[in-house]
Order: sequence, then structure tokens, then C-alpha cells
Amino acid sequence: MTLQFLADGLVMGAMTGLGAIGLTLTYSILRFANFTHGDLISWGAYLTLTLALLIGAVVPNGGSIGPFSFGWPVLAAGLIAMALTGLLALALDFLLFARLRRRGTAIIMVIASFGASLALRSLLEFLFTSEPTYFSREIQIAMPIGAGIHVTPDQLCSLGLTALLVSAMHLLLTRSHTGRAMRAVSENPALARIVGIDVAAVIRTTWLLGGALACAAGVMLGLTVQIRPYMGFDLLLPLFAAAILGGIGSVPGAVLGGLIVGLAESAGVQFIGANYRAAIAFLLLLLVLLIKPTGLFGVRA
Amino acid sequence: MTASAILAVDGLVAGYEPGVPIVRGVSIDVKQGEIVILLGPNGAGKSTLVRAIAGLVPVFAGSVRLAGHDITGVPAHRIVHQGMAFVPQTENVFTALTIEENLQLAGHILPASARARQTEAMYGLFPDLGRQRRLAAGRLSGGQRQMLAIARALMIQPKLLMLDEVSAGLSPKLVEAVFAKLVEIRRSGATILLVEQNARAALAVGDRAYVLAEGQNRHEGAAMALGNDPVVARLYLGGMAAARGRSANP
Repeated sequence: MTLQFLADGLVMGAMTGLGAIGLTLTYSILRFANFTHGDLISWGAYLTLTLALLIGAVVPNGGSIGPFSFGWPVLAAGLIAMALTGLLALALDFLLFARLRRRGTAIIMVIASFGASLALRSLLEFLFTSEPTYFSREIQIAMPIGAGIHVTPDQLCSLGLTALLVSAMHLLLTRSHTGRAMRAVSENPALARIVGIDVAAVIRTTWLLGGALACAAGVMLGLTVQIRPYMGFDLLLPLFAAAILGGIGSVPGAVLGGLIVGLAESAGVQFIGANYRAAIAFLLLLLVLLIKPTGLFGVRA
Repeated sequence: MTASAILAVDGLVAGYEPGVPIVRGVSIDVKQGEIVILLGPNGAGKSTLVRAIAGLVPVFAGSVRLAGHDITGVPAHRIVHQGMAFVPQTENVFTALTIEENLQLAGHILPASARARQTEAMYGLFPDLGRQRRLAAGRLSGGQRQMLAIARALMIQPKLLMLDEVSAGLSPKLVEAVFAKLVEIRRSGATILLVEQNARAALAVGDRAYVLAEGQNRHEGAAMALGNDPVVARLYLGGMAAARGRSANP
């Protein structure tokens, strides 16, 4: 038996957790399950890829940094793409969700997001084909770190970046006025207005943050696995499982949920078989909904 | 309307859906330093009236002026900046936030120094809250929750404090404590508009009162006189006050 599945599960879980933060925020503040979140992950990866190629073409000798497979063009492109993905989410809200929010019910929003998800995904296939692609074709040598476990520098980098982004989000939500306002709107939008919070502004901030984090998850997924138009959509079920397992609205919960889902999936692949990977997230989701629908850190179902 | 009117509501028509007014032409005013009570049977439109004043319910006609500024139709989160504080009847604190976070959030429109000063002032006024600042508001008892809701509203040093049935669901002893606190708050210069079911207790602390019925003004006068008016008492104030009204007029 090898313990490699622990490392793989941790890396996959960290990215799932990062994606789930955006999902849990939009879910708790906008009160609907946003199916486009997976496609924001894919769009983030493709935007980063395109920008990195552009930057690489304009400014040569990007090369790669130290032991990593990517260079600073990918890092710079990732940062710009985070802003762009946030704006894409904002544009979706302006064009679609804001109109429905005024008169629609949650189920209408969910179905609309399903349609938007399909459109976003098809557009990616149209623009980039469904062929998988990569930030770099360079083969990374996995380093042994003991107990028979090997990790690549890119995987370690993804873990580090995830830890950084998660800590930043947690500080934002607990220490800043913006964060308190987001938690307030999530609990009680009417009372939030009464205490002088501009709920529309909080919703815009939520989309921007959710989109940016989705992009970050997409870039890491692209670095450690591959980039395809379905990469985000295929992650949707684990994302929902992580967000619900952690408790809707909870950032630490989403991350912990992501890690649990990631580890459970890779353990399942190791001990049961790769064919059952998708079933494991689904099984976890069912178990949580049956046993503790509020999740680990949740306050409401 | 006199120059000292903090709140002047004139012919207000308001409701949740167009064409279905719940408040149908109400006029009231509240002067600097007064406690004014809003009474009336269930469904009289009291809650809708204060929610419309706070900017939470669409206004179809009439006007609302706060300290001389027209605030008719201004959204709720903007009205706060004009110095209006509103304590709704239920769900009036953020249960997932701590006591301190509830106060900080309410004080966000103040400069940082004033916010810190006001937070301490609230802990002075409500020592119970000061002793457990890091406690999630959801874990407070009913009475403490109402105190936090009032403290939250007072954070912005409002020109007008409006409270919707703040005594609902509290034991008689706690009702007394809440009303005693309101008198204390008024002594520091606040102006208060109070919607109440608990008419007898409210009239005891109020200066003037309005009685609404079917979304319109029905009676108004000094709180004491209204409490002793046998007709008003029998129709709108419930058994206790009616009995007292009769015994005063054998």
C-alpha cells in the first residue's frame, strides 16, 4: 500500500476548497446555488492561459521560476485574470441574476444559472476547442518527501497559495467592515439595510471575490492537472459537497470540506477504483444532507 | 408643523404592493425630546407606518421629513445617514455576529474615534452587554437581545429612535426594564417614536400618543389623557386600561 493518495487528495482538496469558498459565499449571500461557478473556474484558467501567451509574446524570456513549471507571465496573467473573472461574474449578475432577483424565486435563479453555465462552457469550447491544454508542457519531476510520497513543486506551490488566499479571505470576513457587512447581509438582508449597509454593493463585492477565487482555483487546477472547457463543471459536484459539508456561508468550513472531499476521493480511487471517483463526492453530499444538513460550521440549512 | 419637529409625517400612503395601501393617509409628528406612542389594534398599520418612515416599505403618497429634510422614498440604508435609527420587532440583531461586531457594524457610518467612543458609551448604558462583548448575539436571552437591538440603534446617536413592539414576548419585569431604559435614553436628549401593543406600560412613559385604526389617524393627545379616556381605552387599549378608565370616572 502506498500513502501517495494522501498527497494527491490534499492537493485536489485544497483546490476544491478554494473553489468552494466562492460558491459558499454566493450561496449564502445571494441565496441560490450558482451552477456557473464551475465555469468561472474554467474561464479563469483560459483567461490566464491567453494572457500568459500574450505577455510571453510581448515580453520574451519569461522562462520558469526556480523548480516550478511556470514563469512570472503565468503569475502576472493569473492576477489580471482574477480581476477579469470577477468582472465576468459581475457582468453575469448585471445581465441575468439581478433582473431575476427582483421578481424571481430561488429556483428560477438556479435554472437560469444552469443555462448560463451551459452557454459559458460552450463558448469556451467554441473559442479553444475541447482539446486539453497546459500552461507548460514541461514535465515536472516529483520529489520524494518521505513515507513513499512524491509531490511536484507545482503541487506544493498550489497548496501554499491556497493557504495564503484562504487566510486572507478569513481575515477579510472576520476583521474588516466589508466582511462583517457580507456576513450581515448573509444572515438578514432587511436588518442589514436598517443598519445602513448598501446591500447592492455587498452583492457586487461577493461576485468579484467569488469570481477571483474561482479563477485562482482554475489556475491551480490547470497547473497541476490540465485545462479543458469542462474542468470547472466536472468539479461542481465536489464543490457543492465541500460547501455543504463545511456549512453554507463558512469559509473555514468550505476549505475543510474541500480537503475532506479531496482526501475521500483519492482514497476511493486508491482502494475502490478510479471509476467510482465521482460517486464519492455524491455519497458524501448525501450523507451530510441526511445526518447534519447545516454542515460542520453552518448556522442554517 | 413646528420648527422643533424632528419627524413630520404628512398624509402618508404606503404599502407592500401597488394599489394595496396599508397606511392610508396618516399624519403624525414627533418633537425634539419627546416620547411618542403609536397605538392601535392589530392590522391598524402601525408597523407598516414605521417601516415606511424607515424606508423599508414603498411610499405611494404623502411625505416624511426628518429634522426638516425630505426623506420620502429615500432607501433605508441612506436614511440611516440622516440620523434615523429603527429597531424592528423581530430578528433585530445579527445572531451570527458577536455583541461587539453588531455594534461596530451599526457604527460603520461614524468616524473610527466616534465609533469607539459610542461603543464604550453603549457598554456603559447596558453593562450586561459590556460584560460579554465576544458572545454571539444568538446566544443572548430575549431581554438582552432587545437591549442589544436598542444599543445597536443608538450607536449612530440618532436624531430619531423608532422602536416596533420592543416589549413583545418579554416578561412584565423585562418590559418594565426596557421602558425604564427608554426613559433613561430620552433623558440624554433622544427623541423616540414607539409602536406598542402594551398600551398601559407605554402610555406611562410616553408624552403623547396617536391611535391608528384601519391605516388612518383615529385619536391623538397627551399620553396621560388618552390612557384615561374611557372610549379610547375600551376600543383600543384592552381590558386593563379600560377598567382603570371606568374606575377613574364612576
